[in-house]
Amino acid sequence: MAVRTKPRLDARKLRADFPIFEQEVRGKPLAYLDSAVSAHKPRQVLDKLRTFYETSYANVHRGVYTLSELATAEYEGAREKVARFVNANEARELIFTHGATESINLVAYAWGLDNLGPGDVVVVTELEHHSNFVPWQYIAKRTGAAFRAIPLDDRGELRLDTLDEIARSGNVKVVANNLVSNALGTINPVERLGAWAHEQGAIMVVDAAQAAPHHAVDVQQLDCDFLAFSAHKMCGPTSVGALWGRAELLEAMAPFNLGGHMIRSVKLEETTWGQLPYKFEAGTQPIAEAVGFGAAIDYLNDVGLDAIEDHERELLVYALERMAEVPGLVTYGPAPERRAGIISFNLETVHPHDVAQILDMEGVAIRAGHHCCQPLMAKLGVAATNRASFYLYTIPEEIDRLVEGLHKAQKLLAQ
Amino acid sequence: MSEFDQMYREVILDHYKNPRGHGELDDADAHAEGQNPLCGDEVSIFVAFGEDGDTIDEVKFSGRGCAISQAATSMLTEMVKGRSAAEVAALPRDELLDEIGIPLTPVRLKCALLGLSTLKLALHKARGTPLPEEWAGASSDLELK
Repeated sequence: MAVRTKPRLDARKLRADFPIFEQEVRGKPLAYLDSAVSAHKPRQVLDKLRTFYETSYANVHRGVYTLSELATAEYEGAREKVARFVNANEARELIFTHGATESINLVAYAWGLDNLGPGDVVVVTELEHHSNFVPWQYIAKRTGAAFRAIPLDDRGELRLDTLDEIARSGNVKVVANNLVSNALGTINPVERLGAWAHEQGAIMVVDAAQAAPHHAVDVQQLDCDFLAFSAHKMCGPTSVGALWGRAELLEAMAPFNLGGHMIRSVKLEETTWGQLPYKFEAGTQPIAEAVGFGAAIDYLNDVGLDAIEDHERELLVYALERMAEVPGLVTYGPAPERRAGIISFNLETVHPHDVAQILDMEGVAIRAGHHCCQPLMAKLGVAATNRASFYLYTIPEEIDRLVEGLHKAQKLLAQ
Repeated sequence: MSEFDQMYREVILDHYKNPRGHGELDDADAHAEGQNPLCGDEVSIFVAFGEDGDTIDEVKFSGRGCAISQAATSMLTEMVKGRSAAEVAALPRDELLDEIGIPLTPVRLKCALLGLSTLKLALHKARGTPLPEEWAGASSDLELK
């Protein structure tokens, strides 16, 4: 019987695909530990963008000429790749947007304005990125619906014991949660929340911006209703992302952006809307970026999502172990088996800006700030944290340099 | 001198670790609080005027934040003591930046100017003068009260 070994990735080899690592920062090789905010781009994606512009570019869907057909085929081919990536039933359920933020705004406006009102409850969590918090808070206010956030306990875990009370407070219509927290890396119990949402007759909206780059996302398995993600965190271009939604929900919704391309017919008296997915793709889309998104999906599939997840978890365990050596270092977030490759931390008495600045002098890039999670920061009782995050090209030496830099910051600034 | 040594040069570290004028005044003639919501730097400034009602007799600050914001505010207290409130309320920011004497990126510039913005607000509030239009040069992201 053949023994199937789990596929592993070779980060050192993959690193050679990323031109950014060929340069030095402040005379030192770049140690990039900020992939949670945006990932770098491999040659395969950059080459695809260039080739597309040089050989196949035109506006899509409109021309009868060859070039426009070529461009349309590439654009729609990318849609199929992205749709398959999240295991959508049909490609028409996959709307190209400018990113996860726009995807969530699309649902909040187009679904929310017509389906929410007084007596209804919109439920988010205290762990959300502002992109899955602010649109819902705003639309709830606009429609007179109540806005509730599932609280966190002291360890940053969702307090699911509050669900019953929330259910009693009104008619729960929307539950919105991130699959992976960008600030703590927590892999959230989205399936359980989704089941609860459906018991309430609510829609389940999943922000997968932080999950999709790092592990396999399956909308059938999640049993959610909408799922939002961005290409730029997945080795793809900026300014393009996706919204997956159930066809019956998308069909019943009013459009979001209005204009060219999203119409069936326009008359002085009335305009009717086009079919899915075009109803939600007004104006000229980020065409080349979408094609680049498709190339990024190919790249991730070649590497293997399971291999990426395993690689990040190994780095996470190693980093947590090494960082524990630094005096006065506090980390936030759950155990490694329940989180993606993200570590939020603070050095006692040293401000995150100073930590990040000192690390930058060493060529180590991390993030310092509130990570668009001010409600979470308030809960943790801090104004900001440092955050190191990993991806498929991260190597242990980068973590070693992070730890050296932290020792230096500690020595220089700790009071 | 390396860039690193410039950024955290000895005088900055000294002011950060041993801030001058650290504390609060119970009967302050002028007081304001400043915060940079992006990074959570906080500074409260307290000023006591001399008998002429204009000379800055005493200035204290409390707060928390990065080395640059706290060291800059500490240096500021040394710079302004004994000077006229009217003059300090219009102090050019370069006077403080020259004293700090390190290269500052746009993000860190806001840290460096937090104390000055807060002090100016305190003085204008106490004197009842309108806030200057070009507010220390970095105020739009700062919350001052």
